[in-house]
Amino acid sequence: MPLLEVKNLQVRVEDREILHGLTLTVNVGEIHAIMGPNGSGKSTLSHVIAGKPGYEVTGGEVLFKGEDLLAMAPDERAAKGVFLAFQYPVEIPGVATMTFLRTALNAQRKARGESEYSTPDFLRKVREVAKSLNIPQDMLKRGVNVGFSGGEKKRNEILQMALFEPSLCILDEMDSGLDIDALRIAADGVNALRSPDRGMVVITHYQRLLNYIVPDFVHVMSRGRVVKSGGKDLALELEESGYAQFDDAA
Amino acid sequence: MNVAVVKTGTERRLSDVFALARGRLPGDGRVAEVRQAAIEAYERLGLPHRRIEEWKYTDLRALMREVLPLAPMPDAAALARAREALSSVAMAGAQKLVLVDGVFVPELSDLGASEQGVSVRTLREILDNAGNAARADLLLSEASDAMISLNAAMAADGVVISVADGAELKTPIHIVHVAVASQASAFTRSHVRIGNGARATLVESFAAAGAARGYQAHDAVVVSVGDQAELEHVRLMADASDAVNITSDIITIGARSKLNLFNMTRGGAVSRFQGFIKMAGEGSELSANGVNLLKGTQHGDTTLVVDHAVPHCTSREIFRAVLDDRAHSVFQGRIIVRPGAQKTDGKMMTRALLLSDESEADNKPELEIFADDVTCGHGATSGALDETLLFYLRARGLSEKEAQALLIQAFLGEAIEQIGNDELREFASSVAQHWLEARA
Repeated sequence: MPLLEVKNLQVRVEDREILHGLTLTVNVGEIHAIMGPNGSGKSTLSHVIAGKPGYEVTGGEVLFKGEDLLAMAPDERAAKGVFLAFQYPVEIPGVATMTFLRTALNAQRKARGESEYSTPDFLRKVREVAKSLNIPQDMLKRGVNVGFSGGEKKRNEILQMALFEPSLCILDEMDSGLDIDALRIAADGVNALRSPDRGMVVITHYQRLLNYIVPDFVHVMSRGRVVKSGGKDLALELEESGYAQFDDAA
Repeated sequence: MNVAVVKTGTERRLSDVFALARGRLPGDGRVAEVRQAAIEAYERLGLPHRRIEEWKYTDLRALMREVLPLAPMPDAAALARAREALSSVAMAGAQKLVLVDGVFVPELSDLGASEQGVSVRTLREILDNAGNAARADLLLSEASDAMISLNAAMAADGVVISVADGAELKTPIHIVHVAVASQASAFTRSHVRIGNGARATLVESFAAAGAARGYQAHDAVVVSVGDQAELEHVRLMADASDAVNITSDIITIGARSKLNLFNMTRGGAVSRFQGFIKMAGEGSELSANGVNLLKGTQHGDTTLVVDHAVPHCTSREIFRAVLDDRAHSVFQGRIIVRPGAQKTDGKMMTRALLLSDESEADNKPELEIFADDVTCGHGATSGALDETLLFYLRARGLSEKEAQALLIQAFLGEAIEQIGNDELREFASSVAQHWLEARA
C-alpha cells in the first residue's frame, strides 16, 4: 500500500480554486521533489495534507496508509506520522522549546496509545538530536523560535522531525532564506532521516536544494496540477529551461 | 432651599445598613465621629456609577443592585465550615490570620507563630481601646473614593500588622478572608506597616466556604512601606461565583524601597480591585502586576493609580486578562507624575485574550505627567488566540484544547513570572492551569 495517495485533489480558498485535480503517489523509502513557480499550489498541497484550516476540498481524496487523511484533525494526522516542516516556522513567546517538544512528543505518543517518555530518556534523545544538528542547548531553553535566525528556525523544524520520527515528511520551501552553510546543515539533517520506512516530499522553487537532498522523483506543478514527472534529471532540465514552458501546457 | 437628592433603592438600603450596624461596630467617641463623617462623605458621592469616570466600566448601581446587611457574628457551625474551606486555601509555612465573615478568628489563626519583629493586633481591639488617642486614624486615608469611605464607616474588623525596622521575615503573612454567611456583607479594614529596612511577604486570599452564596466582601488594606524596605504583596481572589468583592489597597512607599504587587482575580460575579500606590520616597521601585481569569458572566475590574510624587522612582505594570463566555474584564491604569518628579520611569502593558465572541475587555491607560524629564509608556492590546500559532501546535500533535492551554499559559506567564516567591508563583500558575482545564 502506498504511504500517501493524492487522487485528483481539488481545493478552493474562498472562491478561488487553487488545486485543479492533483494526483501524486509516494511510497516509503522514496523522496519526491515538487517544483514549480510561485502560485502553482505547492504550499497549498502541503497545508491541505497537514490539515490547515481555511482550505475547502471540493473533490478528490488524500489517503495516508490507506486511511482518509482529510477526515482527520491536524493533531490526529501528526500522531499517525504526518509531519510538515513549515516554510515559515512561527515564534511562540513564553513557551520554552523544551516544554513544547516534550508536550508535542507526549501528545503524539499518548494518541498512539504509547507510554510517555520519562524525563531522562526525553532529555537524552533531544540532546543527541540537537547535537547532530548543531543546535546549542541554550536555544532549547528559549521560547519556541523566539529570536532564532532563519537557519536556526529551519534546524528547529528538522530537530522536531528527528524527534517525532514521522513516516511522511513534507518539507515546504526548506531552502527559503537560508545561506549555503545553513542549507547544508539542514540538508544533512534531512538526509540522516532518509529511511526505507519513511517517505518525503520536498517542495522547492529552486533546483539548488536538490543538490543536497537528492530526490528519486521530480514533479513539476503548474496552475494547480502536476504537469510533468520524471527522475532527478528533470530538476536540472528545469534549471536550464525555466517554468515558462509549462504555463502553456497547463 | 431644599435640594432633593435622588437615590436608588440600593443607596437607601446602604444607609439603613449603616444605621442597623452602628451598634455592633467597634469604637466610640472620635471613632464614631469618623465613621459618621465617612458615611456622610459616602452619601455625598453615592454608589459609584458609569458617569463617575473612575467607575465608568464598573457601574455598581447596575451591578451590585442591593446592599446586604452585615453578616452575623460567626457561630461554632460557621467556624467549622470556615475551617474546612481553609484547608484548600492555607499555604504551608505561612502565618495565617483568618477573618470569617469579616471577623477575626484567633482560634483559626496562627497568632502564637509570629516571627520576631512582627506584631499582630485586630482592628476591633484597637478601635475599642479608648486609651489609644490615635485609634480613629485607622479609619482615615488620603484616597477619596466612595467605596473607601463606605469601608471606613462600616469596617467591623481586620488585622493591624507591624513589621519592625530591620526585620527580615522568613515566612509569609497570610490574611485569609472566608465567607460563610450567604446574602450578607463583610466589611474589613487592615493595616500593614513595613518598617525601615524590613522585608516581608504578605498574601491576601478571598475564598468561600462551600455553601456561601451571594455575599459581598468589602475590604481595604492600608500599607506603608518604610525606607530601604521590601514587600511582596500577592492577592488571590477566589470568591464564590455569585459574590461581590470590592477591595482597595492604599499603599505608600518610602525611599529606596521595593514593592512587588500581584493580583489574581478568578472568582466573584462582580469584583473590583483598586490600588492607590504612592511613590513617596526617592529611588524606589514598584512592580504591579495582575491576572484576571473570567468566564460565565463574571465582571472583574482592576484599577491602579500609581502616583509618582517624588523623583527617581520606577514603576512597571503588567496585566493580563483571559476571558471566556460573556465575561467582562476592566483594566484601568493611571500613572501620575507630579511636578518635580523628574527621572520617573513608568511603564504599563495590558493585554486581554478573548476566547469567545461575547466576552469584553476594556483597557484604559491614563498618563498625567507634570514633569518634563520622565520616561512613561503604555500599551494595550486585546484579541483572540493566534490561529497560526494554534495550527502550528496542532500540526505537532497537540489537541485543540492542549494547544489553547499552552498558548494561554504562555500569555499569562509574563505576569505570573513577576511573582518573586517560588511557592506563590507556582501556586498562581497552577490556579491558571486548573482554570484552563475546567474549560475543557
